[in-house]
Amino acid sequence: MTERYPGYNVLNKRNSPSWNDQTREVIDARLAIDEDFHRFCDQAEWRALRAICEQIVPQPAHHFPKAPIAAMIDQKLYSGKGDGYRDARLPAQGDAWRKGLAAIDAEAALESGKSFCELGQEQQRAVLRKVQKGEVASPAWAGLPAQLFFAKRLLHDIVTAYYAHPASWSEIGFGGPASPRGYVRMNFDRRDPWEAAEAKVGREEEARRDNEHVG
Amino acid sequence: MREYREDQPVDFAIVGTGAGGGTLACKLAEYGFSVVAFDAGPYWRPLEDFASDEMHQSKLYWTDERIVDGENPLQLGSNNSGKSVGGSTVHFAMVSLRFRPEWFKSLSILGYGADWPIDWREMWDYYAEVEQTLKVSGPINYPWGPKRPRYPYRAHELNAAALVLAEGAEALGIGWTATPLATLSAPRGLAHPCVYRGMCVIGCSTNAKQSVLVTWLPRALEAGAEIRDLAMVGSIEHDSRGLVTGVHYLREGRWRFQKARNVVVAGYSIETPRLLLNSASGKFPQGLANSSGLVGKNLMVQANQAVWGISDREIRSYKGPPSLAITEHWNYSDEGKDFHGGYSYMSQGPLPMLWGATQSSKRGLWGQALLDEMEKYNHQVGLKIVGETLPQERNCVTLTDERDQYGLRIPRVTHSYSDNDKRLIAHSLRFMRQALQATGARDIWDETDDTCHLNGTARMGFDRKSSVVNADCRSWDIPNLWICDGSVFPTVGGVNPSLTIQAIACRTADRIRAMARRGELITT
Repeated sequence: MTERYPGYNVLNKRNSPSWNDQTREVIDARLAIDEDFHRFCDQAEWRALRAICEQIVPQPAHHFPKAPIAAMIDQKLYSGKGDGYRDARLPAQGDAWRKGLAAIDAEAALESGKSFCELGQEQQRAVLRKVQKGEVASPAWAGLPAQLFFAKRLLHDIVTAYYAHPASWSEIGFGGPASPRGYVRMNFDRRDPWEAAEAKVGREEEARRDNEHVG
Repeated sequence: MREYREDQPVDFAIVGTGAGGGTLACKLAEYGFSVVAFDAGPYWRPLEDFASDEMHQSKLYWTDERIVDGENPLQLGSNNSGKSVGGSTVHFAMVSLRFRPEWFKSLSILGYGADWPIDWREMWDYYAEVEQTLKVSGPINYPWGPKRPRYPYRAHELNAAALVLAEGAEALGIGWTATPLATLSAPRGLAHPCVYRGMCVIGCSTNAKQSVLVTWLPRALEAGAEIRDLAMVGSIEHDSRGLVTGVHYLREGRWRFQKARNVVVAGYSIETPRLLLNSASGKFPQGLANSSGLVGKNLMVQANQAVWGISDREIRSYKGPPSLAITEHWNYSDEGKDFHGGYSYMSQGPLPMLWGATQSSKRGLWGQALLDEMEKYNHQVGLKIVGETLPQERNCVTLTDERDQYGLRIPRVTHSYSDNDKRLIAHSLRFMRQALQATGARDIWDETDDTCHLNGTARMGFDRKSSVVNADCRSWDIPNLWICDGSVFPTVGGVNPSLTIQAIACRTADRIRAMARRGELITT
């Protein structure tokens, strides 16, 4: 699939009036997250988490920088900072993740004798589809409703981590940070010169040229 | 800022500084009372403290643990609570609407819910006061309801997402308007107009947003009120006569006590009942102000369902305030409804994290399907309701045995839709789908399980058996204990509640001043 916003990199706006110092500090810290660093997950959990993140958000190979999703989740779990609510049927955030990662590994092992991260791509997706539908067989799911865990914890945490990262903003053509400079052109099909240009069929190079000037 | 001693009673200790508590703190201080207002969150300086970043700005939300259950467990945190001085107005979407007049007597006029002990004509004047204070920008003529003054500031320019709402409404032959918004469309003092950065719900970094933080609270400080931030009130103390004497609060690592002649609880629909219930004592074993047994009951959400679709045109809904256009047609028209109550719907502008969560957690997308759908971000367009739900006693806030970081029992929030609520939601989804289709949008889908604002749990009413406070927000049981926030609402209507909460606070301040002059306050 061709890129919708060829050549657009939201980070090129870093030194523009769209970013202030507070934002630069916050985003710099996010970009500096070491994708291999974890201190909440043990080794087995970490391997499972990374493999799951790659299935839920298969980041395009040309992405640079890649969003260190697993490390962002590990960081959130280690901090203990929650979302402000917990479904009574689910354990607390950290416990839910530990139990869920172990249960996904156990579910994988039921059929193949392998842990989740050792499965092939399609097998991994098959396991995740079962979890999403709640069609699980392993006793490791006791006390953790699979469907609910998948929707409210696993998907929620992985996907919000990804879309908190500039790599995803470039991909979807989001303008990114906008302070002090906001936007001027509000109507249909209008873009400010500091917004991503969308590739129109047959005019991809035009968009790429425009995107080189975004800053 | 003036500071008060803990060991000398202030006239009013107010717990919470949002739409209810912050407004009341200002008005009471201006009327000459000594006031200390507590907030569990920090006193932000938006120009210095706010980044343009969804994840970072979650620091504005109340993210302490709460348990949710019932048939339709709520999502709390980001969209319906704040832990900041200024409360959730620091991250609200600024939508500033008046109630439909009949809603104040919905039981006797419209046949559902409960009547308010306040007349709409009195509220109409208080609404005008709040709109002036916030310099609400809005249309010259509002299409629904009785006459109201022209909005203080001109309406904002519409973004493409709002123009889609207008197209749909016109195709179906209903009215629409630019949404009255509490963000500046022209300079005011040192603040410049809104720059349409579109990040309103994660905190305005330019102070164009007219939140409680930048409107009522500077006036409160000017008038001699103290705002005590990072102060979590854990319980309210009372004496042997059953009058309250002050509040216990945790600040800088230790529990302290502030003496007060009156205590006002303004913690919103979860923290308000939680504090009253956590203050149970030998004299009041069911919690304070709770002889009716209604503290924590009749929690009402507003339904927040949406239809989403894809436009061939570039929408880029991240630009500008998220809800620039609205229709209140189904708040004011009762024709052909198979349900009680009403709803408004507005244009939308979700930021990427929220949009990702919507596509995954709500719609179930992941893998390449998720990335493909997310890539259409700049073409997505949606309509979302603020829908009235009916009061039900089974929807409630109670205490669990688990304790939080303060050592306080954490709340359990139980919520299930009624059959009437479900009919309202179904009606709105059908109607909005037609409206969106009429604009040429494709691939339309329903987001069926979202809710927004909370109200109720300490309702006002006509007598001590069927309500917690009277029309003046004074508790029936304890004459120097008051409740002033969204929890006093007997019904919610189909509009965002912040303007009404502020109007109630203005009225409460006027009533307190009148009672003080007549010697009807408790003097200890």
